[in-house]
Amino acid sequence: MALNSKIPAGPLDAKWKTYKSTCKLVNPANKRQLEIIVVGTGLAGASAAASLGEMGYKVKAFCFQDSPRRAHSIAAQGGINAAKNYQNDGDSTYRLFYDTIKGGDYRAREGNVHRLAEVSANIIDQCVAQGVPFAREYGGLLSNRSFGGTQVQRTFYAAGQTGQQLLIGAYQGLERQISLGNVEMFSRHEMLEVVKIDGKARGIIARNLVTGELERHFGHAVLLCTGGYGNVFYLSTNAMGSNVTAAWKAHKAGAYFGNPCFTQIHPTCIPVSGDHQSKLTLMSESLRNDGRIWVPKQKGDNRKPTEIKEEERDYYLERRYPAFGNLVPRDVASRAAKERCDAGYGVGSSKMAVYLDFGAAIERYGKIEANKQGKPNLDKASIIALGKDVVKEKYGNLFDMYEKITGENPYEVPMRIYPAVHYTMGGLWVDYELMTTVPNLYALGEANFSDHGANRLGASALMQGLADGYFVIPYTLGNNLADDIRTKAIPTDHPAFVAAEKEVSDRINRMMNIKGKESVESFHKRLGKIMWDKCGMGRNAKGLKEAIEEIRALRKEFWSNVRIPGDIKEYNPELDKAGRVADFIELGELMCIDALDRNESCGGHFREESQTEEGEALRDDENFMYVAAWEFKGESKFELHKEELVYDVVHPSARSYK
Amino acid sequence: MQHYTMNLTLKVWKQKNSKTNGAFETYQVKNISSEMSFLEMFDVLNEQLVAEGKEPIAFDHDCREGICGMCSMYINGRAHGPWSQNTTCQLHMREYKDGDTIVVEPWRATSFPVIKDLVVDRSAFDRIIGAGGYISVNTGNAVDANSLPIDKQKADEAFQAATCIGCGACVAACPNTSAMLFVSAKVSHLALLPQGEPERKTRALNMIHQMDTEGFGSCTNIGACEAECPKGISLENIARLNREYLGAMFSGSATGGA
Amino acid sequence: MNWKNTFSTSIGKKILVGATGLFLITFLIVHCYVNAMIFWQDGGKRFTEAAAFMGGNVAVRIMEIGLFAALLVHIVQGLTLWSQNNKRRPVKYAVTPGNKTSKWYSRSMGLLGTLILLFLVMHLYHFWAPNRYGQAFDAAWKETDLYDKMAIVFSNPIVVVVYVLGCVSLGWHLMHGFFSAFQTFGLATNKYKGMVKSIGVAFSVLIPLIFALMPIYFYMIGHH
Repeated sequence: MALNSKIPAGPLDAKWKTYKSTCKLVNPANKRQLEIIVVGTGLAGASAAASLGEMGYKVKAFCFQDSPRRAHSIAAQGGINAAKNYQNDGDSTYRLFYDTIKGGDYRAREGNVHRLAEVSANIIDQCVAQGVPFAREYGGLLSNRSFGGTQVQRTFYAAGQTGQQLLIGAYQGLERQISLGNVEMFSRHEMLEVVKIDGKARGIIARNLVTGELERHFGHAVLLCTGGYGNVFYLSTNAMGSNVTAAWKAHKAGAYFGNPCFTQIHPTCIPVSGDHQSKLTLMSESLRNDGRIWVPKQKGDNRKPTEIKEEERDYYLERRYPAFGNLVPRDVASRAAKERCDAGYGVGSSKMAVYLDFGAAIERYGKIEANKQGKPNLDKASIIALGKDVVKEKYGNLFDMYEKITGENPYEVPMRIYPAVHYTMGGLWVDYELMTTVPNLYALGEANFSDHGANRLGASALMQGLADGYFVIPYTLGNNLADDIRTKAIPTDHPAFVAAEKEVSDRINRMMNIKGKESVESFHKRLGKIMWDKCGMGRNAKGLKEAIEEIRALRKEFWSNVRIPGDIKEYNPELDKAGRVADFIELGELMCIDALDRNESCGGHFREESQTEEGEALRDDENFMYVAAWEFKGESKFELHKEELVYDVVHPSARSYK
Repeated sequence: MQHYTMNLTLKVWKQKNSKTNGAFETYQVKNISSEMSFLEMFDVLNEQLVAEGKEPIAFDHDCREGICGMCSMYINGRAHGPWSQNTTCQLHMREYKDGDTIVVEPWRATSFPVIKDLVVDRSAFDRIIGAGGYISVNTGNAVDANSLPIDKQKADEAFQAATCIGCGACVAACPNTSAMLFVSAKVSHLALLPQGEPERKTRALNMIHQMDTEGFGSCTNIGACEAECPKGISLENIARLNREYLGAMFSGSATGGA
Repeated sequence: MNWKNTFSTSIGKKILVGATGLFLITFLIVHCYVNAMIFWQDGGKRFTEAAAFMGGNVAVRIMEIGLFAALLVHIVQGLTLWSQNNKRRPVKYAVTPGNKTSKWYSRSMGLLGTLILLFLVMHLYHFWAPNRYGQAFDAAWKETDLYDKMAIVFSNPIVVVVYVLGCVSLGWHLMHGFFSAFQTFGLATNKYKGMVKSIGVAFSVLIPLIFALMPIYFYMIGHH
């Protein structure tokens, strides 16, 4: 099947406007007859379900957590970008578009990204109207901060809990629609299969995680808003339950998987402390606004950080990238940290960490505060105390979190940080309308591949999730369903539902009956190690080929030796996890295949074979300026389809932050 | 910080489902690192149980960074354990020493029925939000975000109230199982903002009505909720909810509150 | 919202407890003020005059009906809340936090209230019932001299001890109740919280202390 991205014709800044004014509509009476399934209730899912409910569609929403409010969007800390130009610092829709395309290392679609930049301002308006308590200045107007990869201040935030506040806003809108009866909510449910009838997605099979029963749900369209697959690495900043299962089932049902190898490794996370580690915790990128990253100039320096003098420190980001300094994009900052640690300059007991130091910021803020209070001649200790208060107001919750996890006080000693898997730019391939290659099956938010290219800029994930849910899908869904108004709800005793349910049931039974020796957790850890070592921050052909073999062997072992306690028809978290890990194993293989195919370095994908003499990533536009969309062809068989990327407006150049 | 390992005795509540009675079971765990989180210690225990062919302990958890509100253990008499302003997932084992005994129970309240072991059903909270914990603004209806300046102090206060993670520790800690801190945080968040003004009275009444319908106990101003809230939501919010109620009660309108 | 629903919600019930509690607090002030005249060292002259005024004044007698109504509502609503709240956690926690998360007296308002009620029955039997009964049913009734009556009643050390314990219960009940009433009316905002708490503590110590000194005083001076 040839890929058709359905990008509207016309000049870039007119595409979305034209689309909106010419797309087909569904009249209100017909909307009431159309049923929509939304899987996942993070920013994309909750905003989509609420908006579609408001419009009059009959919506069913699903989440595996106990409440839609728990989705992992809630953990996003730093902020959300919008081209409001409230700071009068030269921001514009075009500049946000340009920064995002460049930040993504020219591997995203111009049309999609421009649309994202266009609706970004509406998102802030919508959220403020919902009561999202963004940070404000004393004059009562909204405050902004800057984030990596940009030179303007366009990030709106609510302390270090922006994702929480945005999600709660969307969740409240969703709960309102639930109580009005427009949305039916199924929490503690997991989608395990897409049901296709006449080639179109017409429903799902979901498992009630409390009773273990399988359920059939019909929908004229199915929206997957199921987030990213970072947990394929076992350790990531994702929630424990974050998984690829829904997306993977869709992939196996015919939806192409776009750029699976594009993974974002976030530079500022709390380092691993031991084998027991179950997840990694992010320290918001916003900390890089004020924190300075350094390692000792001397190899293997074991002194306490406070004993290492200024001239003995190597502020390597400021040294290597003077224009952006500590605010280089995430992929660049992560690789630089890895480079220092691999070269033997790492700190902490594991030596796999660098310092993020607030000493200078505390002093600087203290001086400003002292001046504000009319005490310019204050002693140093008092200045530091004032500065700590300022830093506390900005980042207090992050500092508290760091102290709880490590037992160290970051106001006194620099934080230790190290990169960790954070976000997956890859995902289900979708066209301009967010539809996958399976008609009537959509993917929104992190679950799709569309807007971030090979590297996502900070504060853009929240923007994309909400853009898709609030402002894109309400139009594009109608454009498609306008042709579906004569389709009556299909009863769930249709053979396609029966067959799909049987397939799910058989798979669960097969898994339960293995009764092997090794726990699900153990398989997951082993997969994570392969992925991190060979498909992590640095990748090469040899390693990837090995990884593919190892993963295939791991899959065989899983299906012959996994041990799942308990029963099927009950609350059984081990069984839930087993299904997810089984899918992660299959996905891991595809990620490595994709990474092997893409013999260039771009964004978060760093092929060691493709770098400059200075060790910077070397892109190969001539051979790899495409989206890799993989079609599932049976076990371990994937066929590559290429969507060539066309740049009409921006001119791809070597990405430089120097 | 000195790291060490420890052996512990755990007494954990086991309950098959909401229809059966539960009981404590005792487990031993060994070589627990002081750097582990409390839930990682549970991971170790569950791995051990799976290896022994026993059923692992069911407990709710997801983000493991103190923000999703899913984790919910009552540890040695304390909701989310002994640390103040903390969730169970952020509690770390350096709190304990070798030989300690730790008793772990689920949130206990009739409005939070046990699903299994330490997992409880908190959907009552969702229904309370659905009864009025929102601002009725359909997508696309918003004016420019800066068209309405908001006093920074008010905005900050609203934010403080809005940091509630809906974990239910307030209910678990309250001797009356009252949900007032949860409800008051949402009512405060929205009442403090001008956007919330139009629905202010009906919101408070409808949410209180739903809270009572769900069977939560009534608040007698004991204050255990505030002491145990992982996000430090203040009793001030309950005072505000009471004011909102009084305001709605004595105003002319006779609608709302079903 | 109609009036019927206004006081039937959980907050409505609490408002009744708080409002009647505040009313009882004002009564305590008056009662304490009048009774404290016994300390005047004039053989009870001032006190007896004041007591006679309170006993004979029609307005005060009407207020008294209100007082009993308030007391009744306070007791009924308070105990109802207590018993309802007790049923909300059928399976109790095996380990409780003790005083780590709350004050024992805040958790024991039902118990403290019940103790006060028991004390009150005895107290009314001693000082209120005889006069009011006589006033209503005895044509030849003459106001009992309450100063003498106190002297007689408080010559019994057991009664003195029970009265002192009653005052202690009252003190702890107020220690929570005073602040709680203000919180219920939404007045314990961050700005006023400290003030309300301090006044509450002072009130809860001072008033019961003055009351407790009365039986002790009579017992010490030992007229009978």
